[in-house]
Amino acid sequence: MNSIVRNKLIAIVALLMLTALPAAAGEAAPAAADVALEKRVTALAEELRCLVCQNQTIADSNAPLAVDLKNQVREKLAEGRSEREIIDFMVARYGDFVLYRPPVKNATLLLWFGPPLLLVLGLWLFVRTVRRRRAGAAAPLSADEHARARALLKIEENGRS
Amino acid sequence: MSPDGEVRQTSRWAVMRFALPLGIFLALAVLLGVGLGLNPREVPSPLVGKAAPHFELPQLHRPDARFSANDMRGKVWMLNVWASWCAACREEHPVLVALAKAGTIPIVGLNYKDKREEGIAWLARFGDPYLLSAYDELGKVGIDYGVYGVPETYVIDKQGVIRYKRIGVVTPAIVKDKIMPLVDELNRAK
Repeated sequence: MNSIVRNKLIAIVALLMLTALPAAAGEAAPAAADVALEKRVTALAEELRCLVCQNQTIADSNAPLAVDLKNQVREKLAEGRSEREIIDFMVARYGDFVLYRPPVKNATLLLWFGPPLLLVLGLWLFVRTVRRRRAGAAAPLSADEHARARALLKIEENGRS
Repeated sequence: MSPDGEVRQTSRWAVMRFALPLGIFLALAVLLGVGLGLNPREVPSPLVGKAAPHFELPQLHRPDARFSANDMRGKVWMLNVWASWCAACREEHPVLVALAKAGTIPIVGLNYKDKREEGIAWLARFGDPYLLSAYDELGKVGIDYGVYGVPETYVIDKQGVIRYKRIGVVTPAIVKDKIMPLVDELNRAK
């Protein structure tokens, strides 16, 4: 095999490998113009709860409804709707529950502020207990208490002898 | 401090030490018990009390004929979202068939993300309680109605306002205790 033929072969193989790349990725790579749109779709999809698999966002989920909702998001963004409008669209249909980050409302006050409140309460209890214990250990006995302790020890000694 | 007072003090502490954790435990147990009893699938729908979203779709049995939600104006009606792939729909189906036989309320089906021939075959096999079924192949109307768990059922009043929504299977008890009283009330209203 002469070197020209070999180089041509290498070039052909390299070309073939290049064309195979997108197929290996498992899905069509979005066209360059769509990259920005896809980024917005994903960002918004990460804010929306999948109602079928409730602990996932629609970005994470492959449930059919999640795919449909993602497509809705994509369509509406492509139409030029804003993120706010799309979130309102979803809330109008599925309620606040569709939001992965629930809004601060009267009904969600405990949800938002409960954990920090418990933390503060726990810290306060902890500090108080530690302080008390330390104060209790360090406090010297008063003369009265000394006398009582001595009396008690004496009773015990007498009892033993 | 007298020894007597001290004893009382100590016993009060002992009671507190015992009662406080017990109290906290009981409160938590009640809270979590109630939480366990709740169904996380039952998300309150924002659509109840609002106008039913308008839609127009081809019919399941007659692809060339269309059904519009406006066709039902002036009637109290039920919209039932179903699909041949939905196992719970089969469980619910006899209840709807019985309800349709009683003739108290027209039921419109929304055949959701189904294959047309499979939907038609399913109704042929299990009975067709529907006035007609609208064919929502892509599930877009489903999204407008906030559908996420088929079967879902809506009761819509004469003005086209959604008055009741049920996510999941409609049971005979729900028909008797919720749907029938509501339908009677809505039928009496103008």
